[in-house]
Amino acid sequence: MNKIGLIVKREYLRRVSKKSFLIITFLAPFLFAALVFVPLWLSGIKGNEAKKVAIIDATGKYAPLFQNTDEYIFINTNGNLDQYRYDQNKEIFAILNITGDLLENPNAAALYSEKQIPIGLKQEIDNILSKNLRDEKLASFNIPNLNKIIEDSKIKFDIKTVKWDTEGNEKSTSAAVASIVGMMLTLIIYMFIMFYGAMVMQGVMEEKTNRIIEVIISSVKPFDLMMGKIIGIGFVGLTQVFLWGILTTVLVSGTLLFLGGGTSPDDLMNAQMAAQNIGGAMTVQSSEMQTQIQEVINSINFTEIGVCFVLYFIGGYTLYAALFAAIGSALEQQEDTQQFMMPIIILMVFSLYAGVYSMNNPDGPLAVWCSFIPFTSPIVMMVRLPYDIPIWEILVSVGLLFATALFIIWGSSKIYRVGILMYGKKPSLKELIKWTRYK
Amino acid sequence: MNFIETEDVVKQYAGHLALNKVSIQVPEGKIFGLLGPNGAGKTTLIRIINRITAPDSGKVLFNGRLSCPEDIYQIGYLPEERGLYKKMKVGEQAIYLAQLKGLSYMEARKRLTHWFEKFDIMPWWNKKLEELSKGMQQKVQFITTVIHEPKLLIFDEPFSGFDPVNTERLKQEILELKEAGHTIIFSTHNMSSIEEICDNIALINRSQVVLSGNVRDIRNRFKSNTYLVKVYSDEIKFLSNEMEIPSEWNAFSFRTKETDGDITELYIHKEKEISNSELLTLLAGKLDILSFSEEIPSMNDIFINTVSGSNTIKA
Repeated sequence: MNKIGLIVKREYLRRVSKKSFLIITFLAPFLFAALVFVPLWLSGIKGNEAKKVAIIDATGKYAPLFQNTDEYIFINTNGNLDQYRYDQNKEIFAILNITGDLLENPNAAALYSEKQIPIGLKQEIDNILSKNLRDEKLASFNIPNLNKIIEDSKIKFDIKTVKWDTEGNEKSTSAAVASIVGMMLTLIIYMFIMFYGAMVMQGVMEEKTNRIIEVIISSVKPFDLMMGKIIGIGFVGLTQVFLWGILTTVLVSGTLLFLGGGTSPDDLMNAQMAAQNIGGAMTVQSSEMQTQIQEVINSINFTEIGVCFVLYFIGGYTLYAALFAAIGSALEQQEDTQQFMMPIIILMVFSLYAGVYSMNNPDGPLAVWCSFIPFTSPIVMMVRLPYDIPIWEILVSVGLLFATALFIIWGSSKIYRVGILMYGKKPSLKELIKWTRYK
Repeated sequence: MNFIETEDVVKQYAGHLALNKVSIQVPEGKIFGLLGPNGAGKTTLIRIINRITAPDSGKVLFNGRLSCPEDIYQIGYLPEERGLYKKMKVGEQAIYLAQLKGLSYMEARKRLTHWFEKFDIMPWWNKKLEELSKGMQQKVQFITTVIHEPKLLIFDEPFSGFDPVNTERLKQEILELKEAGHTIIFSTHNMSSIEEICDNIALINRSQVVLSGNVRDIRNRFKSNTYLVKVYSDEIKFLSNEMEIPSEWNAFSFRTKETDGDITELYIHKEKEISNSELLTLLAGKLDILSFSEEIPSMNDIFINTVSGSNTIKA
């Protein structure tokens, strides 16, 4: 045990004190923050100059409907289309040509341009004309107060989702918030396993190709060396994730304060929720919505999620890291790793896919099965967790995961023990299995 | 007293027998040469003694009792394929390796300082290993092997990669370690220094011990009753004429003769049981002898004869 401690310490300190670790740790949050804010900022930038759109309206009744916007200036003209077609002066961006009554002939209007017409312009024109045509059509029915009737009948319904707990008490849930939380945790676990699992493999291969391995295992058991490496690198990863969490929070809230000049986190949440429910919840009063969000957030059991996150994190990481260690021990050439990495990567990508699918159907058979199978459970179960699943499912899933992780560690250590001393030919899978039976 | 003993150790790898009932006895405080051509099974045997791998059958006795996991702290092992962490500082990793062998940080540091000063490599303490020359790295490696002052030292091809000056230096260090009471197993396929260094040997060929014992005994056993006599060349002209050779000389025969200027070396083989004095008296009757010595085969000759010849020679 003492020896494992020494190895863990070395693996940890060596990696954490590397320049590349420091750079990645401190730069990545800026990247994350940039990923959040750059699109926001970019979308806020308008084109530098409003584009001119000429309207040739033969009927004369549609042209006055168009009001200038920030992006487009509408010019009512009496010219004809050919005049603009061969015009060398490219001041006019697009020409809206209306040749007749649009109710009678919907094809009587067309939009011409030498450039690709932006979807925004088309939508703008479509909206204006649709509204006008609808009103005109309604008016033609000659029903009194029709407009008011229609306004009144515009009902938007946002169903409230309520979940009963075992005692039958009501709980508000929100699929949206639950999915966001689940997906974030899933992605963290997925990235962590991929990144640090690969690091374990690199470390094992480094010791093997350096030929230091024989010196070390004449002092410590190969099992201790393997576990020391897995644990040490696990701590490196935890340190990094922890630092990222802190730095990203600081950066995001800092930037928000700077940008919004006093935007409260509630407003941010509000904005996020609004974005989630475009077209639906928009009409709900803001204050009412906030209380709802609070309720939803309170309904998610963060203690449970936190504990499970740590458990799945540890279980999933050790399971995959042990596999990676076994692979690393069997190989010498970086190029050879592909073949053995492939099945693991496919397994992980499948888990991620199953996780995304489970978000839509957290109690479906795929989600349930994958949250029990140890290779997929760390990823899939994290998606399902915020949906408040029965405790026995979690216990069985975690139990299976840890039992399998221990089994994999046992098997991997057998392969590792033999593999680290084998040089030369790349072993086949059959040989790897045979190695586990060596004395 | 044997410090290490193996009894009928068998180790089988997929489709090939690496060790076939190998028994060796390594006396305490002596240097034991583990000899054999490449692929004979030396490294496998060393790994078994080091508890890196376990034998399929057979026993390893450490200091008279069955070997146990704690014994590895009493072993210092310099493997043939050696290496250190390239990116790690020299001092730091030497301390780390010493700690893995059970030394405390302070103790490791103290002893390391002593060794670094002895080898004049103190200025390299904070350098990364990759910045050192190959010879320098070998020195560091040697230090990490002996730093915990193990009772048993195992050197697998220790001289590979050393220049002649450092080879001599290392040889002296090994002999010093023997003087200090360490038991040393010295594995090599290079015979040149065996007579000088080793007290006992075991020669392994094709997974079996084909020859073992005390170096002097083995060499004496391989004597072929051949003697080298140096005489002046012009005195032996009569040898070409059968009639002139005295009849008593049938007690021996001439194997070869080599002439170098006016001195000729005669290799003489005793055909009958006669003492060296009798032989000399016979020769002296006709020749003026410049020198007389017995030809004792070198370990190199014995090695080549044993390995390339049949496997029937059993000690």
